[in-house]
This record gives sequence, structure tokens and C-alpha cells, in this order.
Amino acid sequence: MKPITVYKGKAAVLDRANVDTDQIIPKQFLKRIERTGFGEFLFYDWRFDEDGNEREDFELNQPQNKNAGILIAGENFGCGSSREHAPWSLQDYGFDIVIAPSFADIFQNNCLKNGMLPITLTKDKVSYLMNNAGNDQLTIDLREQTVIDNKGLSTSFDIHPYWKEMLLNGWDEISITLQYSPQIDEFEKSERPISTI
Amino acid sequence: MKKSIIEKVWDRHVVYQEENKPDLLYIDLHYIHEVTSPQAFEGLREKGRKVRRPEKTFATMDHNVPTVNRYQITDEIARKQLTALEKNCTEFSIPLADLDSPEQGIVHVIGPELGLTKPGMTIVCGDSHTSTHGAFGTIAFGIGTSEVEHVFATQTLWQTKPKTLKLEINGELGSGVTAKDVILYVISKYGINFGTGHIIEYCGNVIRNMSMEERMTVCNMSIEGGARAGLVSPDETTFSYLKGRKHVSTGVDFEKDTKEWSALASDEGAVYDTEIVIDGSEISPMVSWGTNPGMASPIDGNVPKAGNDEAGEKSLQRALDYMGLTAGMSISDIPVQHVFIGSCTNSRIEDLRQAAEFVKGNRVIDGVRALVVPGSQSVKKQAEEEGLDKIFTEAGFEWRESGCSMCLGMNPDVVPAGEHCASTSNRNFEGRQGTGARTHLVSPAMAAAAAIHGRFVDIRKAGGSTETAELAF
Ligand code: SF4
Repeated sequence: MKPITVYKGKAAVLDRANVDTDQIIPKQFLKRIERTGFGEFLFYDWRFDEDGNEREDFELNQPQNKNAGILIAGENFGCGSSREHAPWSLQDYGFDIVIAPSFADIFQNNCLKNGMLPITLTKDKVSYLMNNAGNDQLTIDLREQTVIDNKGLSTSFDIHPYWKEMLLNGWDEISITLQYSPQIDEFEKSERPISTI
Repeated sequence: MKKSIIEKVWDRHVVYQEENKPDLLYIDLHYIHEVTSPQAFEGLREKGRKVRRPEKTFATMDHNVPTVNRYQITDEIARKQLTALEKNCTEFSIPLADLDSPEQGIVHVIGPELGLTKPGMTIVCGDSHTSTHGAFGTIAFGIGTSEVEHVFATQTLWQTKPKTLKLEINGELGSGVTAKDVILYVISKYGINFGTGHIIEYCGNVIRNMSMEERMTVCNMSIEGGARAGLVSPDETTFSYLKGRKHVSTGVDFEKDTKEWSALASDEGAVYDTEIVIDGSEISPMVSWGTNPGMASPIDGNVPKAGNDEAGEKSLQRALDYMGLTAGMSISDIPVQHVFIGSCTNSRIEDLRQAAEFVKGNRVIDGVRALVVPGSQSVKKQAEEEGLDKIFTEAGFEWRESGCSMCLGMNPDVVPAGEHCASTSNRNFEGRQGTGARTHLVSPAMAAAAAIHGRFVDIRKAGGSTETAELAF
């Protein structure tokens, strides 16, 4: 995974609450067996009409929201299905960072495991960012845990130190866990056997 | 110290603990299916890793299997996924209930049915409705594909201990009010993220009086309230459900297990981070009218006239536009063109019996297409032995093979754009049952009644079959 340290770039705005993973990546695209190539299907039913043409009224199709690496969204982003195809498609489309007032648990986890950074800010700060997005460059500094814009906003965000370290280093979680194999072996020795399957 | 079941089960599974780190939690049982596992197996292969405990892993095919002519999978990519699962299970020695198996079915239906799910376990699956298994007093939650791979390789997950939420439902439920209505009511009242960051323990005498299947329906939709998981402390109802099932111990071992399981129940006076108390008698049969499970009203209620605030107003308007409904209209005026009885929420034998009771002697009204999709092959068999399939087919329902089907419309069972579906599933998101499809979440009895009337009716007034006939319009 590629490490995240400092990210400078444009933000796109999706001012909707409770965006669910069924919308982020509709189920008809879940049948692939690869991890890549989901970006073209991101928000498919919102982005395209029946003939496959871009819908002009959908936020991400508007010029000011194109080529952004940061997505600013409404509360409870990523609720619903646990499909990891949701972060895969966001990332493949170009979003490495999502800022929202709140995230659904599983979605947030899935982002972190794929080297994406979900940032929770207060509702007020998120609406400020939404209103000022278009012409702004945002700087996200994971080391300092700050979001800075070029109008004078500088705010900090929380992230669990465990995830911070993972993201900063681009580490693969499984290789870290495998270092704990002795502890897992020990645990399994003491476990009461469950009926075999 | 007095402990809740959530803490007891959690603490028993901590492999490693360190400050500023999530806990390394041991996973007792890992269910997998064709949609969220292929990339995880691929990841193992790329790194030359193995499945640490294949015997603690169980696979089934459910999400995109056809429910008619199940061996003719016309969708090339769906077939690729099913073949990949078969190949992966063989390669990594994982037991699989494939399409030929009498044990095949929706993962959250067959796990309990086979007695794989047992009190005190930690259970995960790459599917958010894994919370269903919480009905047995387990910590069971949905995970993403990277976590599936992590469990394959290590049989553990790094997890931050969630907060605990006690949801107590007291009093008596009125007639016609089911487990589905209870959970829809809770979510409509407290919102789709009231449980975020929490594990819910459902308790109170309404829950105590429920059968295991009803408890599963409630726990199933915990995620719809944003919770990581939901569970019920095990009791006699739990033990008698488990007794005699394939993967459950027998004789003295069972006695021993029962003792241990009983000790898991929450201690009197255990402290929770959040507590909610509900009076069960307030609950009516519910119908969702919007595009998330919190947007639901009692059958004798209305679609709301206005949102609480500006944001609420905006999302209400968007939902109504999508659903083709007008603010303030009566729930009973919503037309229904499709009925789906199935999904891991409501496709067990009791659900089918409940629906059949309303269907018996009636006919699906012209213009309605109605489907019954049993949750598993074993539910299907049982229903056929009881003659339920005849009741359904004689009334004009289609009787299908088991699978997820129209719950998410990955197989050919979809609702056409703009049409309304009374569905016993758990999600009414835009496009969930097909592009442009309009889903209304209801109980099996309410769905059956909607099939007969072509709109939603109050089953408390319509009663069972004979009275329903009188009520026909
Ligand atoms: S029935 Fe629906 S909710 Fe349940 S596992 Fe299948 S797709 Fe998921």
C-alpha cells in the first residue's frame, strides 16, 4: 500500500447525508473477482442515465468536482452493506481521502485497510469546507493530523495511533499480525475445542 | 465486577492487548460466500499464505445464485464467482455447502440451522447482516474483504472494543405485531445511526418471549441502526433450539455446554454505556416508505409531511421523489406491484408459516407478482412437508429455490424501475432491488396481505384468512 503523509489537492463535494454503499457501488458491479477497476462504476446509478450518458445534475459530474483527490460528504457516509468494493471504487476513481461529519463503522474500517484516510470533522467545519471547496487547495497532513485550506482554516482531526502508523508507513496489516503468531498459538492451546464442522 | 454478555464474550477472546492499540481478537467461526471472498483468496495466493484454521471456516453460495433453474447460470460473471468459490474452498480445504448440498442457503439462515452458531462465540462474515447470529449470544459482525483475508491468515482481527447499548423492550406486543415490526419501529424512532460504535444487547420480556427465529430477525437489522452487532443473552429458548442440531454437542457434553452458555448471560446490574427502554405495546405493524430503514411509519400512519430540519427536509424530498409518493399520504394508499417474501431477515420456517396463514384461501390480486424464496434448502423442504408451498402456489405465488434473490437483486430476480415492492428484506436503499425499484420493508404477514390486496392493509383489522376475504375490495 502506498503510504499517506501529506496530501495537497482539490476536494469534491457531495452534500448528501446517509450515502450508502449500495449507491457508492451498485450491486451489479460486485461480481468481479479482482480488486481493481471499480472506479468506472462509482456511484453508477447517480452518475449515468439509462443510456450510459453522464447525468449533468449529479455533483461529481460537475466541472468543479472533477479530478479531486478528496471527497467531502454528509453524515453517516458509507452506511449499509459491508462491501469493500465501496472504498475500492472510491480509491480507483481517485479519492484517497474522505471528509465527513460521521462514517459508518464498517466502511471506515474498510477505508483504513486500503490505505484510505477517512477524516471526521464537526458538521460546521464540513459545511464550511463544502462552501469553500471549488477554488480551494486543501492540505491534509496526517503526521500533524491537520486539515488546512488557503483561506486560513486550520483544524485538527483524530485518528487512532494504530491506524496512523499503518497509513504513514503503508503497512500491510496481515504481516504485522503474523508477528503475533506465538500469542495466537498460545491462545489456541488454551481454547476449549468447539464441535468440529 | 458485574459484566454484560458483551464484555464477557469479548474478554474471553482477547489474544493480545496493548495500550493505544485495538485488541487482537480471536475469531471462532468465519462464514464466507461467493461475493466478498474472491479477492481475499487472491490476496493469500499472492503472498503465499494459508488459511490458518479451515475447519473454523464455512462457505456457502447464496448471493447471486438463481432461484429458478439454479444450474443454468446465464450470467457469465456470476458463474465465474461461484466457480472461484468452489475452487478456492477445494484449494484451501474449506467446507462448502454448494448448489447440490441439502445444507445450501443464505449464510445467516444455515449457520444457526446447522448448529454452527453457538453461544459465546465470536463470528464474522463478509456481510453486514452477520449480526443475525447475535441472537445466540455471540459477538457476530460483518467485515470487509481485507478483514476476510486477515481472518483467513491469522484467525484474528484487530478490533477496538465497541461501546455497549442496552435496548430493553418491555410490555406486550399487540396482535399482528412481529419481530420485524419491533426492529423497524426501533430504527424509525431512534434513527439509522443510533447504534454507531456500539454493540446492542436486546433484552426485556418482549425479547425473552420471542422464539430464536424472531430474535434472529431483530438482531439481523442491528446494522440498520448503525450498530456493529446486536445480541441476546442465551436462555432456555436458545438451548432448546440448539439441542439436536448437527454441529451441537450431545448428552453430557451438551449439559456441560449449556451450563457454560448460561453463565454468559449478562449479570443483573451490569453497566452499559447507553440504555434505551421501549414499551412494546406502542408498536404497530410497520411499513417503510422511504429510502433507508429509518424512514418507516405504522400501517395506520402517514408519510411524513415535513422533515425536522433543513437537512431532514432535503432528504425527505429526495426520498419521496425517488419513491414516487406524496408527503402526508396514507401508508395504506401506497400501491404494491411486487411482493418478496425472503432474505436472511424473514425467510425461516416461522416466517413462511406466518405468511401462509394470510394467504390461505386467498388469491394474489391481478397486477401483483409475488415471490416466496425460502432461506435455505432445509427451510424449503420443511415448508413443503407442511404443505406451505401448495398454499402459496395455489394463491398465485411463485415458489423458489433458496438464496438471497430479490433482497439485493444480484441474480435475475429484480423489481422494475418505478414499481413498488412489499419486501420482507432489510434494506430499502435506492436501487437495492433493481435500478429505480421502490422497496417497502414489512413483516411476512404484512407482505402476504399486500399481495392479496395490491396495497398495504392493516393486518390487525384484516385478521387471518377468512376475515381477509371479507375485507377484499
Ligand atoms: S439475504 Fe440480503 S441481506 Fe441477507 S445475506 Fe443475502 S443479500 Fe445480504
